[in-house]
Amino acid sequence: MKRAFPIFAVLTAALLSYGLYEALVVAPTEQTMGDVQRIFYYHVPSAWTAFTLFFLNLVASVWYLIRRNSKADALALAAAEVGVVFCTVVLVTGPIWARPVWGIWWTWDLRLTLTLVLWLIYVSYLMLRRFSTSGQTPVLAAVLAVLGALDVPLVYFSIWFFRTQHPQPVIGGGGSIDPRMLHVLLINWAAFSCFAALVCWSRYHLEVLSREVEETRALESLLGAGSPR
Amino acid sequence: MSYLYAAYIATWVIHVTYLGYLVRRYAALKKEIDDLKKNQ
Repeated sequence: MKRAFPIFAVLTAALLSYGLYEALVVAPTEQTMGDVQRIFYYHVPSAWTAFTLFFLNLVASVWYLIRRNSKADALALAAAEVGVVFCTVVLVTGPIWARPVWGIWWTWDLRLTLTLVLWLIYVSYLMLRRFSTSGQTPVLAAVLAVLGALDVPLVYFSIWFFRTQHPQPVIGGGGSIDPRMLHVLLINWAAFSCFAALVCWSRYHLEVLSREVEETRALESLLGAGSPR
Repeated sequence: MSYLYAAYIATWVIHVTYLGYLVRRYAALKKEIDDLKKNQ
């Protein structure tokens, strides 16, 4: 992975630049909303990427609960942290789109509220990991992650089963999309997925390294305490 | 157009801020590893 990382990083940067060009220049202008609709090419892929990362966090947390594998715990933490970053993008770009289109920055609509709750659940998860000093922290965090992941399908399907102000899903559901717009959307989704994979891997690597350093320090102090004076 | 640019800029500000945080943590960890190596 170490050798492939720079190549993958360059390819991701190229894909992100291409996605940006497609979103701003190539994608057709939407008739009702105009150019502001182009926010959709960042907002929707960021939401899908956040959902994927929270799913990865769920899988790693379950894996940790079953096997007590420290690397699974590190992966769960990395996925949650990067997922929160992408979810923050969703919560910031959504209101910027809503202001010119709906005339308001925010409304307590089901989809919006559930997304905010999702973000708060994973922020709580990260705060638990950051501030708890108990030896049981990874187990408690994994349980919270399993319960928190229940909100992901609620967020996703809220616009399928309930009347909300949020636009209908563009793939499946009641919405439809111009094939040229779908093409740009999928390119940006691929670009953000690659970017998320890179960042998540870096965060995972950082976590594994910092745990190794912590263990070495603990071992050193133990040896220091046990040595004859 | 200003809303569009605001959304795109906000997205990259969030990502770059997080990347900056990771880089700072990597640098601090590298320093810690170097200190450990020196002590051995």
